[in-house]
Amino acid sequence: MQKGSIVEIRNLSKSYRRGSEIISVLKGINLTIGEGEFLAIMGPSGSGKSTLLNLIAGLDKPDEGSIIVAGIDITRLSENELARWRADHVGFIFQFYNLIPVLTAFENVELPLLLKGLSGPERYEHVMTALKIVNLTHRMNHYPKELSGGEQQRVAIARAVVTDPTIIVADEPTGDLDKTSAEDVLELMTRLNEEYGKTIIMVTHDPRAARRAKVIRHLDKGILDATAETPS
Amino acid sequence: MLLLKLLLRNAFRQRLRTVLTVLAITIAILAFGFLRTIIDAWYSGVEASSPARLVTRNAISLTTPLPLSYKDRIKRVRGVRTVSYGQWFGGIYISEKNFFPNFAVEPASYLELYPEYVIPEEQKKAFIKDRKACVVGRKVAEEFGWKIGDTIVLKGTIFPGEWEFVIRAIYRGLTPTTDETQVFFHWDYINEGLKRTFPLRADHVGFFLIGIDDPKRAAEIALEIDGLFKNSLAETLTETEKAFQMGFVAMTEAILITIKIVSIVLIIIILLIVSNTMAMNVRERLSEYATLKALGFHWIHLSLLIYGESIIITMTGAIFGIILTFPSAKIFVDAMGTLLPVFHITKETILLDILIALSVGISSGIAPSLKAINVPVQSALTRVG
Repeated sequence: MQKGSIVEIRNLSKSYRRGSEIISVLKGINLTIGEGEFLAIMGPSGSGKSTLLNLIAGLDKPDEGSIIVAGIDITRLSENELARWRADHVGFIFQFYNLIPVLTAFENVELPLLLKGLSGPERYEHVMTALKIVNLTHRMNHYPKELSGGEQQRVAIARAVVTDPTIIVADEPTGDLDKTSAEDVLELMTRLNEEYGKTIIMVTHDPRAARRAKVIRHLDKGILDATAETPS
Repeated sequence: MLLLKLLLRNAFRQRLRTVLTVLAITIAILAFGFLRTIIDAWYSGVEASSPARLVTRNAISLTTPLPLSYKDRIKRVRGVRTVSYGQWFGGIYISEKNFFPNFAVEPASYLELYPEYVIPEEQKKAFIKDRKACVVGRKVAEEFGWKIGDTIVLKGTIFPGEWEFVIRAIYRGLTPTTDETQVFFHWDYINEGLKRTFPLRADHVGFFLIGIDDPKRAAEIALEIDGLFKNSLAETLTETEKAFQMGFVAMTEAILITIKIVSIVLIIIILLIVSNTMAMNVRERLSEYATLKALGFHWIHLSLLIYGESIIITMTGAIFGIILTFPSAKIFVDAMGTLLPVFHITKETILLDILIALSVGISSGIAPSLKAINVPVQSALTRVG
């Protein structure tokens, strides 16, 4: 593992079977992501960017290659070990927020902490800190349906950071938001990266969102462009 | 605690669906408990029988009498403690719809053999002393408003004529399963009447009731008694009181089997209803389960959430069903009068209701929890909502 890198991907390939046809989604990907980096992966629909993100986040397994995150080759972990690893190392931000509708904002943020073996007061402290970061403490007792799209995504971001994960993965985090809310969410992600030093890997096809990242990589037909773009 | 909160909120998330499912389970459990109690009522005679009592009847049929003279020979058999005798009287009180079992018996020995008929000592003495006396069960007395000293008239069907009896005692059952709807009177009183009207039928009894010292020797004693009368004009068939009562139940076995089949169908219906509800609930929330999986929750957590939800729904319905069984049974018993002498909801029935609800809850959670556990996280997360 290179010094200062948090994610190292080597010769990663993934294909899916659709009927009798085998579709190759990722072909020999090599990628190194540095600690504290804000990386945007861009590409057209079907380019394999979400598949790559799922593999980095330990939600799926590759056909070939290795993914080393903070020194652990996650391709060698069993399903149960992967679940444990995700709880410890990954924060998720999804396009459709994926909050649990019957839980309040506070309870949604508290969910990942249930796997940490913390006491009630400790969990409360962590949740309040996360909600403060996203500036939503005043909405902590509200249910998702009582929040705007932007607020729901901010709750999802609080949920992603509450366990202080090694990496944060974001799949089209502004894809379901209006322009103003999208800007708020992107501003928040930038703050997480710059102020709190969080490593963020974001998949997007929105150039405005990508410009917030420190590095942009393009993926097309399962092949990652060799050069990295640095937004001005 | 948060997972428990999530489980409870999930269970009542689709309120109308959950309420309708709970209602269906309530009705099914109520019906199941009811049918089960009817079966219990059918077997109440069998359950109330004692292993220390034998019944000797004519080997040809129950309606063919035996000579009273057999009593002394039976009494001499080793292990026999008490011998009583009696006759199904089959009398009608005012009209046929007022049914209750009524027997002509030898009073002292009969009451000695049935300590479960609890009678105040004074009343017992008065009943034994007066040949026209009868003892009536608490329920039948309440049904017809009878009290001590009242005279009742039974119209004989097997023994023609109108027979007058004076109520000298009212018995109550020692346990809730004791039949309190019977009426007993003196066999001698009936026999005296027969001597005048049908002398050939006099001095005959319908059955002997035998108290034995050691229930383990029941089969041996029964064989010995039947051996005494082998090749006589009236051969006997002796069996335990339980076997004797089972013979009556066997006559109506088809009805019992039908009731049992309906009970099983009810359980299948509950299972299908809850399975359908759970399948819909889980299908609608696949993305939420996928989110939990992504966050690191194990299959055990998902299973607990889904099984817990289905168990809460079934148990809620079951509790309402069990609670409603009691007033429903009361209404049913009041409507049936003395036709079902023992209609008692047993602990076993309640326990069975709970076990069925629990089993249905677990069974109906299997398929949905497998679906949730095996949902591919990446595909479920892309679902909207």
